Amino acid sequence: MTADSHALVVSEEHSPVAGLAHDARGGISNPILGMLLFITSEVMFFAGLFGAYFSARAQHTPWPPEEFAHTLNPLSLILVATVILVLSSVTCQMAVNAIRRDDRAGFLRNMSVTVILGVVFLLMQAYDYLLLADEGLTLAAGSFGTTYYTLTGFHGAHVFGGVLMLGVILYRGMAGQFSSRHHDAVEAASLYWHFVDVVWIVLFSVLYLL
Amino acid sequence: MATTTLHPAAATTYRSSLYEWLTTTDHKKIGILYIVNSLLFFFVGGILALVVRAELAAPGLQFLTDESIYNQAFTMHASVMLFLFVIPILAGFGNYAVPLMIGAPDMAFPRINAMSFWMLPLAGIILMSGFVLGGAAAAGWTSYPPLTEDRVLGSTGPGQDLWITGVILIGTSSILGAINFLVTIFKMRAPGMTLFRMPIMAWTVLVTSVLVLMATPVITSALIMLFIDRNLGGHFFDPSTGGNAVLYQNVFWFYSHPAVYVMVLPAMGIISEVLPVFSRKPLFGYKAFVFATAGIGALGFSVWAHHMFTTGAVFLPFFSLMTFLIAVPTGVKMFNWIFTLVRGQLTFSTPLLFALGFLSMFLIGGINGAFSASVPVDYAIHDTYWVVAHLHYVLFGGSAFGVFAGLYYWFPKMTGRMLDETLGKIQFVLMFIGFNLTFFPMHALGLQGMPRRIADYASGAGWNDLNMAATIGGFIIGISMLPFLWNVLVSLRSGAVAGDDPWEGNTLEWATTSPPPPYNFDRLPDIRSERPVFDQRHGHGAGGHK
Repeated sequence: MTADSHALVVSEEHSPVAGLAHDARGGISNPILGMLLFITSEVMFFAGLFGAYFSARAQHTPWPPEEFAHTLNPLSLILVATVILVLSSVTCQMAVNAIRRDDRAGFLRNMSVTVILGVVFLLMQAYDYLLLADEGLTLAAGSFGTTYYTLTGFHGAHVFGGVLMLGVILYRGMAGQFSSRHHDAVEAASLYWHFVDVVWIVLFSVLYLL
Repeated sequence: MATTTLHPAAATTYRSSLYEWLTTTDHKKIGILYIVNSLLFFFVGGILALVVRAELAAPGLQFLTDESIYNQAFTMHASVMLFLFVIPILAGFGNYAVPLMIGAPDMAFPRINAMSFWMLPLAGIILMSGFVLGGAAAAGWTSYPPLTEDRVLGSTGPGQDLWITGVILIGTSSILGAINFLVTIFKMRAPGMTLFRMPIMAWTVLVTSVLVLMATPVITSALIMLFIDRNLGGHFFDPSTGGNAVLYQNVFWFYSHPAVYVMVLPAMGIISEVLPVFSRKPLFGYKAFVFATAGIGALGFSVWAHHMFTTGAVFLPFFSLMTFLIAVPTGVKMFNWIFTLVRGQLTFSTPLLFALGFLSMFLIGGINGAFSASVPVDYAIHDTYWVVAHLHYVLFGGSAFGVFAGLYYWFPKMTGRMLDETLGKIQFVLMFIGFNLTFFPMHALGLQGMPRRIADYASGAGWNDLNMAATIGGFIIGISMLPFLWNVLVSLRSGAVAGDDPWEGNTLEWATTSPPPPYNFDRLPDIRSERPVFDQRHGHGAGGHK
């Protein structure tokens, strides 16, 4: 998607079809519209998983089951991880704002912090999984365990995907590929990262607080 | 920099090397790859259908020694036809035609477009590999648990897991394709090509893409949950361990009902291009057709549970009402098509014949579908051959006839050569007769209570003659593919040269060469209506309609 934005600019400015103007100028750019549509499909994917979660929750009382009544404690490591992920969204936006101003140093600094925070979140989630497994909460531990690990696991996979995406953005940024006039890829990747963050806030609220 | 000249000497474009085809990002070549790949799987699925029909020709087991082979055959027949033929070939027509029709040089994301395509043959191989790895998926294309969670009954080999993997891949390919179509349609239209001047084909692809975008991720989640249940000890669906089997059906059909519109809307788009061209009239009621298409798309999300009436776990009056309602926009379209034909100057070329085949067969499929929307009737005919008759009248009588209309219509544009009319008409007659001989008797079989998905039936049940008729019809459909294949082979070598606009078409693809140059157009006609090429040909400054 990122490279396509590049290709599009080239085709508009240098290609023999430049005379064939089309409505691509003005309005939302192709990569950003593409990312918004992709996020729409991701919302529906998580809607399917949440549907399964609420169906299981409605079917079983008590929820959580007695043996796991106090396993998912919001005032624990997971709260720290949540704060870290929310912070990473803030730094990600600071990186976007920086490149909009052509502040490349600020962009690289904030984007590096974002990637590091994403990795830290993943490590904390992995450690949390180990702690939960010690308490007997595994994927095979009834509907409660299955839904918990499926929802958080797929969210974690999306964080991993986001870290890769931002890593590529960081790498390209270090190569000097972005400027205030050319950073659609940064905007698109940051939208994805915010989406992943919002999914986690919903997940945390539903799994730990509700 | 912008001094490079265009080379519309397009005849050379398609004689390029294999490497060029494997690495292309040109939407026209990718569209053709989609179509060829889908036709290959159409023949695979057709052979599986003939295995099923041969087995059912008479009571008792004919040549299969083991019912599980039969289960694999009907499961894979449906999976291949739906996921590897109907959905991708319509995406292929969309890929080929939509950028041309809206005057764009290519799709918005050409490399993602290539990736969407190449996931399909890979997924097809994964799906089919079950046959050689100890047993393909055998629990029906719906893959309901707990049947799919029972390895002995569902599938003896890894087939079910391969099926899940393959279908998720195909779904991902569809989602990426849908994003590509939507961005292309919203952002890449030529100047003057307003949304309400787009060809109907582009509109149907737009609505289809919205359906794919919103529905396909949901089946991905369903299949991932099924995979977790099967392989990682999850408890989503198996009632014996606290799961909920009806949950799977809800999530599955939340995708799979909108998916039936994914499988038919672009075919409706194809015949909405063919009917006006061959009756020399604009489409009757363009805007009504567009709103009806959007209406079908919107209503399509509120009818999924009509597949689940007999579970007793869904709110029957709501889903029954919504299902009846969806007949309204469909009826509007029937009206559009018929009044496009009325008092037109009809030319009975092969594309029009297949479009008329679509019209008549889809009408039957719509009517027998409305029966099933009635809850008491559905209780009686659920899982009988009535349902098999219904779904084939809409999917084969509808979509597949639409696909062949599109093949005959755009083959000259794709290759620069015409397909032979006589062979085309022979194919149409054989296919039309074979189709009705196969599937019309299934209405009677269904009403008499013959269950679907069973390898055998009692000889005294009175179903013998109708089953034999259906089997004969099935083989006639198979034979009808021979003139088609021969036609393609001969016409590619020595068919009549098509010229730019052999049908006197309305839409922009007929304003460029056959086949078009890599970037499609070196100039575009003025676009002042939904028939810019018609306007140009007849010198209308500001198009006839609207």
